[in-house]
Amino acid sequence: MSKKIKLNHLTRIEGHAHLIIDKKAGKIESCRLEVVESPRFFEALLKGRHFSDIAPIVARVCGVCSISHTMASLMATEKALGIEPDPRAQLLRRLLSQGEILQSHLLQLYFMAAPDYLGIPSIFQLLNQRSDLFSRALRLRRTANRICEVVGGRAVHPVTTTLGGFSALPEASDLKQLRQELVDTLPDLEATVELFADFNFPNFERTAEQVCLDQSGQYPLHAERVISSCGIKQSVAQFKSTIDEYIVPHSTAKMARTERGHYCVGPLARVKNSFEHLSPMARKVADALQMNAATSNPFHGLKARLIEVIHFIEEAIHAIDALLLHSFASARSTAMPKGGGEGIAAVEAPRGLLFHSYSYDQNGLLESADCIIPTAQNLASIEADITTLLPHLLDLPDEQIKQRLEALIRAYDPCLSCATHQLQIAIKEES
Amino acid sequence: MKTRIGFFDFTGCEGCQLTVMNLDNDLLKILQLVEVVEFRELMSEEVTKLDIAFIEGSITRQQDRDRLQTIRERSRILVALGACAENGGVNLLASEKAVAELRRTIYASDAAHLLTDKPLPLHKVVTVDYSIPGCPIDGSEFLAVLQALLLEREPDLPQFAVCVECKLAEFPCSFDFGEICLGPVTRAGCHAICIEGGDRCRGCRGLVDNPRTTPYHRILEEHGLTVQEILDQYRTFNIGDEI
Repeated sequence: MSKKIKLNHLTRIEGHAHLIIDKKAGKIESCRLEVVESPRFFEALLKGRHFSDIAPIVARVCGVCSISHTMASLMATEKALGIEPDPRAQLLRRLLSQGEILQSHLLQLYFMAAPDYLGIPSIFQLLNQRSDLFSRALRLRRTANRICEVVGGRAVHPVTTTLGGFSALPEASDLKQLRQELVDTLPDLEATVELFADFNFPNFERTAEQVCLDQSGQYPLHAERVISSCGIKQSVAQFKSTIDEYIVPHSTAKMARTERGHYCVGPLARVKNSFEHLSPMARKVADALQMNAATSNPFHGLKARLIEVIHFIEEAIHAIDALLLHSFASARSTAMPKGGGEGIAAVEAPRGLLFHSYSYDQNGLLESADCIIPTAQNLASIEADITTLLPHLLDLPDEQIKQRLEALIRAYDPCLSCATHQLQIAIKEES
Repeated sequence: MKTRIGFFDFTGCEGCQLTVMNLDNDLLKILQLVEVVEFRELMSEEVTKLDIAFIEGSITRQQDRDRLQTIRERSRILVALGACAENGGVNLLASEKAVAELRRTIYASDAAHLLTDKPLPLHKVVTVDYSIPGCPIDGSEFLAVLQALLLEREPDLPQFAVCVECKLAEFPCSFDFGEICLGPVTRAGCHAICIEGGDRCRGCRGLVDNPRTTPYHRILEEHGLTVQEILDQYRTFNIGDEI
């Protein structure tokens, strides 16, 4: 008997995708994650635009990762045009990126992933019975949003970020207040760790190459080098040149691989490769969640996200302390250089390694742009995980198979608005 | 019975839905008054009928048109959420020629399954009852529109320009920094947030009703700018007004 399991418009993920599994005589014939988010051709949108317009436009690739796109964009343009940002502006940028990772991780942990482990279709079900949990989720997200508002001027699509640094700087009093709000999250963080420590994560192992940035002596966010669990150490440009983006027959979604095969990016890769740079509190939480750098369970992506939440709250407090010690000027009137050039930059976005590379002509107009997105780099691994896990689930009722697979996909927190910034996806019509 | 509202998205960045999520405590209060019955990004539930559908994004393919029409049939009131839904937003920046060129570069093919239509604002496909402008929307404006709809009043948007909000807040004028600012002709309601952030107004909220063009021409003349330069800036978020 041949049967098709089809999950249309997967829920509680960023963007649109279907999962299709063909079963025949109790065996899996094929399994495809079909991304159906509409393509947007952002590289074409940017062509011919002046360098000062690029970051605000490319931020619109994704509302969830708008700060990461802005950072990667500004840094790539700065490299292309030879602009050197102030080191203190780099610290403020780091704080802003921390804010975005916190926003995104907390949304994913509480609103998208937790319902899988609480056995409910959405967190809104808890509005009345567990109002403590619901308001805690909102309070923590509020603090994350506040970092982005104080530093970036707005929670979604920042307005203060500019080439060379920031066009407006936070007041010291706002930073002090923000610091207090960050300190005040500690009881809520403790309760969050307790909640997730109780969840029953499926036992499932699949070894994959884990890739992230390498920032000397720090947990990686904005850096020049790439490292991997296979021992690769390369410059950002070198590593990007080894990425092969390819098309698969079942859809035209591009996927990424190197000559070593598929690889994973994201919180799990960062925690595994940079465990020693995690804050003391984050490492304690890793213990409490029974997670260490050796894990090869993709469901532990959730634990890695929570460990990063703890780490970045702690690091944000220290970043504010450092910023309060030194004042610096805004970059609104920075003289902009003439002439063109090429530049490439990478940042750690909430979901992993994000590359932007641009080339500008002599008039400062964009000639070509190329963005490689974390989720595009993870799609092949998600499919490989599903293919590996599925044979172990076949005895379960279809509904449970679907739930388990959806939970697995959510563990990667795929961001399909980003992944389809340029992709065109084939749609398999219902037969 | 509580008013049943839903959130839907098409081609866009989901930043407007995220802005609603970011209402935090106000969100809790809203949830006392309305029931969120569909929100794919955060919920697995689905229903048949809705009172208000908030829709983000542009329409680019036949299957999106069909899905939008179904949502329209299920909903009593349909609200376009943000620039992409209202007039196409930045989705329209790529000229068709540039997209065709890029498609050939990336895929070495013009095969039918690689084609998309020109992105359309929602009102080109279905009747849109109200729109909330901006890229992204302003959270407090969303609350004001929702409040009006719950009280069965017509929601209204500011009838004056961003310039007014900016002057009231005493922010320095972007023109004095040698920048082209669209504040004098763009609809207010954003509290001039970009100018507060040291940027200029890029016009993401669209033209104010009856823009006063004469004083604007004078500002342009004073700063040695041409109408064409302004239009080039205006097109970033508003090409959709020309189609």
